Formats: sequence, C-alpha cells, structure tokens
Amino acid sequence: MAIESEVLVVGGGLAGLTGALAAAREGADVRLVSYKQSTLRQASGLVDVLGYTPDGAGPLTDPFEAIPSLPDAHPYRKVGVHTVREALSLFDEAVPTYEGGHTDANALLPTHGGTVKPTARYPAGASAGLASDARDTLLVGIEEMVDFDAPHVAAHLDAAGVPFDVRGETIRFPGDLRADAKVTRYAKLLDTDSEVAVRGRMVPAREALAQRVNPLLEDEERVGFPAILGDDNPGEIRAELSDRLGVDVFEVPMGPPSLPGLRLEDALFSALDEAGASIETGNPVVDFEGEDRIERVFIEKNGAKIPNSADQYVLATGGFVGKGVESDREGVYEPVFDCHVPHASDRYDWFEGDLFGDHEFARYGVATDDDLRPLDASEHSEFENLRAAGSVLGGYDFAAEKSGSGVSIATGYAAGQRAAQEAR
Amino acid sequence: MSDAESPSEFDPVAPNTGEEFEPVDVFPDSDDFDLRPGADSCYKCSTCDTNCPVAEVDDDFPGPKFQGPEQWRLKQSDDDHDVDDSVMDCSNCMRCDNACPSGVPLSQMHNTARGEYVSEQMDKLSVEYVRNRILANYRTSAFFASKVPRLANAAMNFGPARWLMEKTLGVTSERDFPEFATQTFREWWADRGGQAQSRENARAARERRGLPADADKKVAYFHGCYSNYNTPEVGKAMVRVYEAFGYEVVAPKQKCSGTPMFANGMLDDARRHAETNVSSMADLVEEGYHAIASCTSCSMALRQEYPELFDIDGIDEVAENTFEAVEYLRIHEDLREEVREAEVDGDLAEEFAYHAPCHSRNQGLDRQAVELFRDLDGVDVEDVGDSCSGISGTYGWKEEKYEKSMAIGEEMFEHMDHAAGETGMTECPTCAMQMEHGSGYEIRHPLELLEAALVE
Ligand SMILES: Cc1cc2nc3c(=O)[nH]c(=O)nc-3n(C[C@H](O)[C@H](O)[C@H](O)COP(=O)(O)OP(=O)(O)OC[C@H]3O[C@@H](n4cnc5c(N)ncnc54)[C@H](O)[C@@H]3O)c2cc1C
Ligand code: SF4
Ligand code: SF4
Repeated sequence: MAIESEVLVVGGGLAGLTGALAAAREGADVRLVSYKQSTLRQASGLVDVLGYTPDGAGPLTDPFEAIPSLPDAHPYRKVGVHTVREALSLFDEAVPTYEGGHTDANALLPTHGGTVKPTARYPAGASAGLASDARDTLLVGIEEMVDFDAPHVAAHLDAAGVPFDVRGETIRFPGDLRADAKVTRYAKLLDTDSEVAVRGRMVPAREALAQRVNPLLEDEERVGFPAILGDDNPGEIRAELSDRLGVDVFEVPMGPPSLPGLRLEDALFSALDEAGASIETGNPVVDFEGEDRIERVFIEKNGAKIPNSADQYVLATGGFVGKGVESDREGVYEPVFDCHVPHASDRYDWFEGDLFGDHEFARYGVATDDDLRPLDASEHSEFENLRAAGSVLGGYDFAAEKSGSGVSIATGYAAGQRAAQEAR
Repeated sequence: MSDAESPSEFDPVAPNTGEEFEPVDVFPDSDDFDLRPGADSCYKCSTCDTNCPVAEVDDDFPGPKFQGPEQWRLKQSDDDHDVDDSVMDCSNCMRCDNACPSGVPLSQMHNTARGEYVSEQMDKLSVEYVRNRILANYRTSAFFASKVPRLANAAMNFGPARWLMEKTLGVTSERDFPEFATQTFREWWADRGGQAQSRENARAARERRGLPADADKKVAYFHGCYSNYNTPEVGKAMVRVYEAFGYEVVAPKQKCSGTPMFANGMLDDARRHAETNVSSMADLVEEGYHAIASCTSCSMALRQEYPELFDIDGIDEVAENTFEAVEYLRIHEDLREEVREAEVDGDLAEEFAYHAPCHSRNQGLDRQAVELFRDLDGVDVEDVGDSCSGISGTYGWKEEKYEKSMAIGEEMFEHMDHAAGETGMTECPTCAMQMEHGSGYEIRHPLELLEAALVE
C-alpha cells in the first residue's frame, strides 16, 4: 500500500503552495509534501513579478508588457502572460490581505535598506508607505533592531529622490526586551497587547508604543515601523496605532527572518486547507520508482521510507537556497528525480570573478517544455507525469530581475492546474 | 539583508557544496558528541528563531539559533566553553528542529548541551536537580502510585501536600496531578489473555475481511507510561483497532521512552530506559514486527532521539521500524476509505477541538487527525492552530515555568474557546493535561475515535 492522491506536490514554498491550491481548485485530490520551512520566511513577503529585464533595464513600470520580450527559456515565456495574470488572480483571491491587483503597474516600495523597489503585490500593511505617495513620512526604528536604522534609511530614501520629506527617529521598544529579541517576540507582545513596564507603571504594549512615538511626530502624515507589528492581528494593531497617533501607519518589509513572509505562508496554508488538500511537512522525498512515468515516491522518516503514489506529480523543491538544485565537484543536479540540469561543464564558468557580476549559476535549474515538463539532455521530457515549478526552474535570475515570487506563483499555478486536468 | 540592495547579498556566493550533513551519522560510534560540523551548516537565516514558543514569551531566552549552532561554534573556538544555563529553559518542543531549511540537528544539539550542563555544571544537591529528576522519572512514581491508585489520586492532589511540594520542590500547585487508573493497561492486557487472545482476535478479523489466516500482520505496541497508568482506554483502543484490521498485537516489556529525561538533561537515566526498550523492540523487529506507539513523544524518542543520542545495538533498526499508531494504518490499510464509509454515534459523536502536539511535527503528523476525520460522518474535528500547548512535558510542572507555560498556551486556549466543540483531542498526554487545565474540556485520543468509527 501507499498513501495515495491524484496530484502530489513535492515542496511547500510559494510554488508548491500555489500549485497545490490551483490543483485543488480544479477539483483534484491533492497532497502536498514538504521537507522543511521554505524561503518564504526569509523573503520580504513582497510579490515581485518583474522589476528589471534580464539586461538590467528598469525599474519597469509594467511587468506584463515586458514579458513577451523575455528570452525563450524564461519560465514566463513557457506559461505565457495570460497564465501569469490568471495565477495572480488566484493569489489575490486566496490572500485578500495583499494589494496591488488593481493595476498592471509596479508599485514602488521603500525597503529597509533605504532603496525603492518595484513590486507587483504587497501586504496591506505596507500600502500606506508607497513611495509614489507624496505625504511626508516619519520612520521609526527600534534601538535593539540594528537592521533598521531609521535615520540612515530616511537619508537614503531622500537621496534616492522620493517625492516627500522623510525623517528617521530611533526609540527603545517599551518593556525590557533583550537586545536580540526575536521578531516574533515583538509581534507576540503586540498581538496579545500584553502589559509592559514603563517608568514603574504597567501599560498595554500598543499604547506604550504610541506614547513613545507621539512626541517625535512633527507634521508628518504617516509613520513607518519595521515589519514587527503582530503576527496574528497585524491589521488591528496598525489601526490602533494609527488611531493613537492620528496618522496612517505602515510597515517596512524587512530582511530574514520575515514576519510578512511568515504571515503569507500562513495565509496560503489555510487557503490550501480550506480547499481540502492534505499537507505533510517535516520529512523529505528522497527516492522514486518509475521509468517514463513516476509510479511512486518515498518520503524518508528516520530511516523508514514511506511510499506515496499519485497520478500526477509537481516538483517544487526550490533552487540552491531551498535545496531543490544542488551542486558538487561533478556538476549541478536535481536531487529528487535526478532531472537534467543544463550547466557549463567547467566550474569556472559558473560564476564571474566579480561578486556582484552576472553569475551563470543564478540561472541554473531544470529546463522544461511549454507544459513545464522537465527535459533531459536530449530535450525529451524526463517523465510524462512530472511538472516543475518555482525556483527549481532554470532560465531566469530572480534576484537580478526581481521576479522570484511571480515566477513561483505563475509556474506553480500552471503546473498544478495542468496536473489536475490530466489526472481526471 | 535586503534583496533590494544587491541580489548577491542573499544569494549564495558560490553554489552549495552539496555535502549533505547527516545528523544521525555524526559520530556513530562514540558517545562523545561533536556537533560542530552541524553548526557549520547553519547559514544564520533565523528561521528556527521564528518557531520558538519560548523566545516568543520569555525575555531571558536567547532562542534556538543561539542554543544550537552558535553555542556549538563557541565550543569550537574554546573547548572549555561552559554551556549557557539558558539551555534549561528550552522546553525541548523540537519546533526549531522541524524548521531548519539547512537540516541543522538543533534538538540533538540542545539535548546534548543540556546533558552536559546537568552532568558537569548543575549542583546535584540543588532542589532544582532533585525536582527535575523526580519529574523526569514519572514512570517510577506512576509505578508506585498505580499500586494504590485511589489513595494516590487523593494524596497527590491533597492541598497541603501540594503546597509543600511547591515550596520545597518547586512543583507548581496550580495543576492537578493526572488520575491513576484503577486497572493499568498491562493488567487489562494480561487479564484479557495477552498475546494468545490477540492472535485469536486477529485471526477472526482476517477471516471476516477475507484475508489469508496466516497474513503477516503483527505489531509490537509501545504504550508508554501514560496510557499504561493513566489512560488505559487509549491502549485498549489501539489494540481493538489493530485487531479489527487483522493485526496480532504484542505488548513487550518496556520502560519510559525517555522523553521527560531528555528535556531535563538526564541522559544517563534516559539511556538506561532506552536500553531496555531497544533490546525488547529490536528482537521483535528482527522477527518482522513493527513498533507502534500511540503517544507522539514516545514514537519521536524511538525514531529520532535514540539514534541521535545513543549508540545501542539495534537502535537504527528499531528507529526505522517505529511508527505512530494511526500513521501506520494510513500506510498499510485503506484507512481513508474505511473512515469515509464509517459513521460515529454515541458519546464520541462530538465536535472536537484538536491540538497537534509539537512532537508530531518532525514526524509529519501534525495534520493527520484533522485530515483523516474530515470525511467521517457524525463528528467534526477542528484544528485549534499551530501554536505550542506550552506544557512540553515536565516544563509546565515547574513552579518557575508555570506562568510562561500558560502564556505559551494562551493562544491555544483562545482557539479552543472559539472552536465549536467542547471536547478536546490530541495524541500527546501532556498536551492533553494542558488542554484540560486551560479549558476544562475532556480530552480524547484519535485512536478512541477510530475505535468508535471502525470497531463495532
Ligand atoms: C532571502 C530571500 C529573499 C527573497 N526576497 C524576495 C522578494 O523580496 N520578492 C520576491 O518576489 N521574491 C523574493 N525571494 C524569492 C522568492 O521567495 C522565491 O524565489 C520563491 O518563493 C521560491 O519559491 P519556491 O517555492 O520555488 O522554493 P522554496 O521557497 O525554496 O521552497 C522549496 C520547498 O521545497 C522543500 N523541499 C526541498 N527539497 C525537498 C524534498 N526533497 N522533499 C520535499 N520537500 C523538499 C523545501 O523544504 C521548501 O519548503 C527571495 C528569496 C530569498 C531566498
Ligand atoms: S534555521 Fe537552521 S540555518 Fe537557519 S539560523 Fe536556524 S539553525 Fe541556522
Ligand atoms: S526546542 Fe523548542 S523551546 Fe527549545 S529552542 Fe527549540 S523551539 Fe525553542
């Protein structure tokens, strides 16, 4: 026996979650299996579709307009711009706390590094912070959180030429948090609105935070905090702070570990649960059986190999960071199904000497046909019932193009939907 | 780190070397652990920290990244580096272990560090040590208490005695001790006729199911302390469900799984118990039995902690052949279909507020009950969220940890309160205590529901 489903998705990052969701919405019996937590907890939580062209032109105003001119090997070209739009509609519906769907144009968001970044979808919590909005802005940093130095960020934004005045102030977070308190600690305090000691008096955390910021506010019309404003109830916390400060409040997306990424992960998992899919995380898929078709895969649990079988499979195990693509001295490979990964045979061609150069390996990943089926070295599909999605795919450099989440959502959607249709 | 500043900042500068770090194989032949290679595969993404329920409420706790890879790195540069005493505040929920994208063996690091701290740095005459040792050796107390269950139930929760225990031993008086059953599971099992009876029942079931009479269906039940002494109904449900599927059950000699001992750094105690368990299970595994546990911490101990911490003959074979009770049936039977066709009425036709124990996560079982019973008529099982219950075995029994334990549990209590039902469900006996303590609900085990659905 084996644990059975119609569609089995391997990998629980943005691509796998979207793929499973799309397949479940098609009515298939879907199972998602994932090893550990995905890169979503490290990503900013922003959904970029395309910020720059592969030649570095940009920032792009309209990512959809640019898609048809991308190289043939690019995953967006495989699925087509129409599918990219459909995939984003599914995302918008599944994650109603995100904004940006009202327009094709990229939004410009201030980052915690003080730059402005083009992105297609952003959490509602970031929306009052748009750089295209001309309202003057106060950024508030937390002394203990060294990766958001508000005055420094403000100076950078100013130098970048944002159309508003921006100032940064640093406060101590109310209550005696340890210097390296986790983002989840701040979030928990604000979620539960627990009391903290302020000059010998116990005050609810949200009120205490507003009290610290109030005297710093001059005539700015909005205040930005690092993204620590709650995990479970961010909307409620922003509303209360905004009320107490009398101005709009927003969050600036942060580097890893990222609360917006964590919230997005939760939202997608619950959408998937509602769609009736089954989800198992904690153990890797290590092996499979089958020649032209994958018959079943094996999940390894402490030495035991648990068989899982399905009609159709989706490979969404991530790139170098997610461990969906690996390399050793011999070359670059895809570890689960051993799909072919085209790469230069000479290791020295993988990267440029320059750290920030155009590294070839950044585009390494499996190559597919237009149906997202991985291709072997002679360009035949590896397995008739396997499709690949997300950063396990080659042909694009998500970091340089700012297309990471968009490619994962678009290809995840396409792979999941087609798998479900074929499983019928 | 921002992807906005420069892409190379979050991209690996060179491709991953592909050298897998195998936690279980770190020094397989030695008890003198060196986890530094594991520490080196940490790339500081802090994903583990975002999963730690203690760091979320405790301002003195530096979090799993510090407890694990950073501490082991410090040991790398300085062999005399003392283990930080904060390791005793880790509740051993193992959530960090389940989170790490890089496969760093965090809980193995914590367990080992805690063992070292307790054996080398903790005062053996301290009240804390004595208290922890008593709590960790629950089986011993339970063994005596079960001889006189009614007296024990009265005595253990006798107000003045509890006050004294809190004052002298630091065992919180806020909690009620679990009740001892008047007949233990093993007493029931023996009275019922032991293995011979089980063989007969299994044969009868195979006949009903049209299976060959000699089908190779046999399992060894690791019931653990709790379903033996406190909730024998869970053990009975396990036996009846398995027999109904045609499995012959044996209940081999066993001691505590060691879970409470790992959490308290009592590795010597844990090893003694593990030796008994491994030796009796290994013999059975050799004969073709699989080991089945109904408590997710017990199955976790046999599957992961034993091979990570001890080097005992047969330990890997036992780990590979251990399964959680419902999981095993999902793999070997068409459980989904049987559940879909079944219906529950009577006193278990309820709406359940289900909590997934932390230790079910590493085993990939945290959604099993909710998904399985989705299709069962007559019941509704609602997940009360992915927070930790906060009790973490002995953690929540300690007077100084009680408040934190309840603060961690708060989210679960709230969700239980919002859930439709007023009966709880979980696989873990200590989570069950916490659920009952915070909500007043009666708590059942998925096996009991399976029994109600599938066994007439
Ligand atoms: C630091 C960082 C910052 C980023 N910032 C942004 C941003 O600002 N905007 C943006 O649009 N994009 C960003 N991205 C990119 C984007 O998050 C990712 O490209 C995208 O989410 C990749 O998703 P994925 O599902 O393909 O892979 P991953 O997120 O890598 O997920 C892969 C999953 O597969 C699982 N897995 C791997 N092997 C196995 C196996 N053998 N069996 C079972 N499961 C397995 C892993 O455990 C993991 O859960 C960022 C990425 C990183 C790393
Ligand atoms: S999750 Fe793993 S890699 Fe990331 S900081 Fe923690 S131990 Fe290191
Ligand atoms: S085991 Fe649990 S309490 Fe301990 S460090 Fe890891 S997540 Fe925190």
